[in-house]
Amino acid sequence: MNARRARVIAAWLTCIALAAVVVGRTRYVTDLSAFLPAKPTPMQRLLVDQLREGPASRVILIALERGDATIRARISVAMARRLRLDREFSGIENGEPVSAELDREFLFRHRYLLSETITPQRFSAAGLKGAIEETIAGLASPEGLMLKSLVPRDPTGEMLQIIDQMSRIAQPLTRDGHWVSADGERTLLVAQTAAAGSDTDAQELALDAIRRAFTAASGETAAAVPESRQVQMHLSGPAVFAVAARATIQHAAVRLSIASSVLIAALLLVVYRSPRALILGLLPVATGAMAGIAAVALGFGAVHGLTLGFGITLIGESVDYSIYFFTQSAVRTPSSAAPHSWQRQRWPIVRLGMLASVCGFASLLPSAFPGLAQLGAYSIGGLLAAAAVTRFVLPELMPCDIAIRDVTPWGLRLEHWVNPVRRLSVAALWGIALAIAGIAALVLYQQRDTLWNRELSSLSPIPLSEQRYDAKLRSDLGQPTALDLVVISGPDLESVLRGAERAARALEPLIDEKVIGGFDSPASYLPSLATQEARRDSLPERPILRENLAQATAGLAIRGEQLAPFLDDVESARRGGLITPQDLRSTSLAAGFDALILHQRDRWNALLPLHAAEAAAPDIDRARVRQALAGAGSIGAQLLDLKNESDALYISYLHEAIRLSLAGLASIVVLLWVALRTPARAARVLAPLMLAVLCVAASLSLCGRQLTILHLVGMLLIVAVGSNYALFFDAPRRENDHDAALTLASLSIANLSTVIGFGLLSFSRVPVLEDLGMTVAPGALLALLFAAALTPRRPAGTSRRAQNSD
Amino acid sequence: MRRTIGIGLLVLLGATARAAADDLDELLHLLGERHHGHVDFVEQHFLALLSRPVESSGELIYDAPDRLEKRTLEPRPENLMLAGDVLSIRRGGHRHVLDLKANPQVLPFVESIRATLAGDRAALERTFRVEFSGNLARWTLLLVPRESQIAATVSQVLIDGSGNHLRHVEIRQRDGDRSLMTLRDHSGP
Repeated sequence: MNARRARVIAAWLTCIALAAVVVGRTRYVTDLSAFLPAKPTPMQRLLVDQLREGPASRVILIALERGDATIRARISVAMARRLRLDREFSGIENGEPVSAELDREFLFRHRYLLSETITPQRFSAAGLKGAIEETIAGLASPEGLMLKSLVPRDPTGEMLQIIDQMSRIAQPLTRDGHWVSADGERTLLVAQTAAAGSDTDAQELALDAIRRAFTAASGETAAAVPESRQVQMHLSGPAVFAVAARATIQHAAVRLSIASSVLIAALLLVVYRSPRALILGLLPVATGAMAGIAAVALGFGAVHGLTLGFGITLIGESVDYSIYFFTQSAVRTPSSAAPHSWQRQRWPIVRLGMLASVCGFASLLPSAFPGLAQLGAYSIGGLLAAAAVTRFVLPELMPCDIAIRDVTPWGLRLEHWVNPVRRLSVAALWGIALAIAGIAALVLYQQRDTLWNRELSSLSPIPLSEQRYDAKLRSDLGQPTALDLVVISGPDLESVLRGAERAARALEPLIDEKVIGGFDSPASYLPSLATQEARRDSLPERPILRENLAQATAGLAIRGEQLAPFLDDVESARRGGLITPQDLRSTSLAAGFDALILHQRDRWNALLPLHAAEAAAPDIDRARVRQALAGAGSIGAQLLDLKNESDALYISYLHEAIRLSLAGLASIVVLLWVALRTPARAARVLAPLMLAVLCVAASLSLCGRQLTILHLVGMLLIVAVGSNYALFFDAPRRENDHDAALTLASLSIANLSTVIGFGLLSFSRVPVLEDLGMTVAPGALLALLFAAALTPRRPAGTSRRAQNSD
Repeated sequence: MRRTIGIGLLVLLGATARAAADDLDELLHLLGERHHGHVDFVEQHFLALLSRPVESSGELIYDAPDRLEKRTLEPRPENLMLAGDVLSIRRGGHRHVLDLKANPQVLPFVESIRATLAGDRAALERTFRVEFSGNLARWTLLLVPRESQIAATVSQVLIDGSGNHLRHVEIRQRDGDRSLMTLRDHSGP
């Protein structure tokens, strides 16, 4: 006996130690990888890469608010100066003309390669005449006057043309040389992190660096101007969201785990009246949680924060096992006086319930949605471990002298309440059950179009107000708010730049037709080599140009000899090299270019974000855009609609989850059928569970809640938890009154702990946890009530109370 | 005796100076009373680079307190809209936005006219040293940029007019180039 005990405990401790090693070494992630399909289509791959590593994912928007605008501007400068020295960031922009001079110089030097008007005709006598006349006319405007000194070198006005080309890319409003919001109330900065958006740790470091820079900068400024203390900083962007989401989920998970643990512990202390039993009772829970994480770590390589959040859910499930064990076995009733009677009589019921739950969760394992598959692995590992510890370890650890409250009197009182229902005829009970099921089904049928939430954002832990603030900052910064992106893929940079140029020609007419407001293109910063070469080839040799220029300027207000620097510049451009990506490095144009080029392994992608024609109507007629792109020939251009694509991805997960859950239900039916031997018994066990699920789904829908994938998981949990109730009620044909009362009491306590655990979850501000809590807490309660009500009446003579009332 | 004349002259000078200051206030007050203005303009640009002046024409529309629109119709359409500190330039299908504080060199070309039309002495004196000469019936304002950054391009702006009407705006650049804008009451409806 002692040897057996030692072996069992040693085996258990070894398992815990191994699990602890695995858990300790695991990587925990909170990025969007949970939403990355295991076998993505190229479009999904691109979508998820965009979300994880795309330029948009690396942008942190910084808004300075309150206080005086000039003070905000000073802080903006001081912050930018600090952050530009920080290697965490690949770019800091605040509208300061830091590199404006360099940029202008670069653009002017390469104007004959960059200007879109460069063709051979431009340098014919007629072409030159037209362009020079235009330039002279332009001298009448203040802008023309600013470029006056450039005229001898650039009489055809290529610099103005390039400025026009660049102005297609929306720029934020500038005040005092700093970016501000449209209403002037906020001073804006944009930071681009060096690390990918999916690297949440690096993003968190970057956010800290920004906060430190702000504190230091406002401190510096406050030394001179005390009012600068009023200025507040607000951060937004994907990185902020990712870090906040991780923190929110972690905090909520930890806080709620602690709260529900405390409450459940208090409940169990009241029930057991034994601190030792309480501590022993938590062992299956703790072992289960550890085993669950270890199972996920081993199966998936990394554990998602979302999965961890479900650690709580296991408390509700696995604590039931020890509740059954203690309340049902610690009491020495006449029929269970023999040692190990619980293991013999009740364990098979618990085991069957556990296996039913495992069947349900196993259906999630093949999900293409890794978040769901992880949840399945976590639950299976956790339930198996918790049940095994309850069955094999707890009996060994339980001291002989432990005294646990006999809950049978509670059970008798509960029976007293349930009995009036049980007195109804079987036909009446099932009639009522069918009626309830019918009403719930009708409600669900009526709401069928709006039953499911089809937007991925429904799972986002970011409050809507924050999402709106982000959209506001983006529109202030002139960043595309419509999440439409033309993507051109190819084997090398040159091919995607050529594709971008052809796509741009196809998109250009849509601007005039007000289908789109504009678009950004990497080719605006760096034309393809082919285009640059064609432009360079358009430049005539010096003697020819001189001849054409003489003809062109005859009769014009400008004399040919004043334009000698023009001849020199064209000649040096003709002999000069083409612009390479390295040449861009010295300018701020590099950041803009990098943001629009995505290089992965052997694939290059050029990204052309589309701007909506009107900010008020951010939806773009995608059919027109696709049609235009189709007309541009086979350049591998695709329109990626980030919002709809990600929603489509989510809907595919949802459909798959519904299918898998139904498969899980089918496997539970088969399991019960085989284990209970008759379809009638299986149906009796399943009926209360189905009824509970239908009622919860119908109620949520009636309350205006659209169901998400997490509600579905919640329904699976109702079945998992409730199957134990139904099985216990199904079993007691050979029990006496006393045992039946004890069963009812222990089930009620288990149920109460589940309702506490999930009830707390429903107060969480994290939507995924809230959805789960709102489904399982009422569902588990209903499952118990329905299971108790639909319990078959025991044959006359075994129930004294039933006899008395008859 | 000489001293008396001297003192008398000084007193006289002081009086004229005060009178000039009063006249400027009076003029700006007069101008400020007009909340809306709509005139035609013809502008000639004399540039060393060019053998003959470039001429442009269009309309100038002012709305109190700070909106000034310059619609150039000839030789090529262009729209300048000054509102607050922001200058929007529309030409062809393109639109540029210039922040005046970030681009102070543009100030003399637009702020001189707007601040005068608004009768905003503070705004005028923020950018220029202002000298008034003549009388309300025929006056001239000489505006000299205060900041060296602006003075590097524009040496002075001369505005003349009668009563609350502006007649000419001449902008003289440091390099000798200049533009002369002649304003005429809007002939159209």
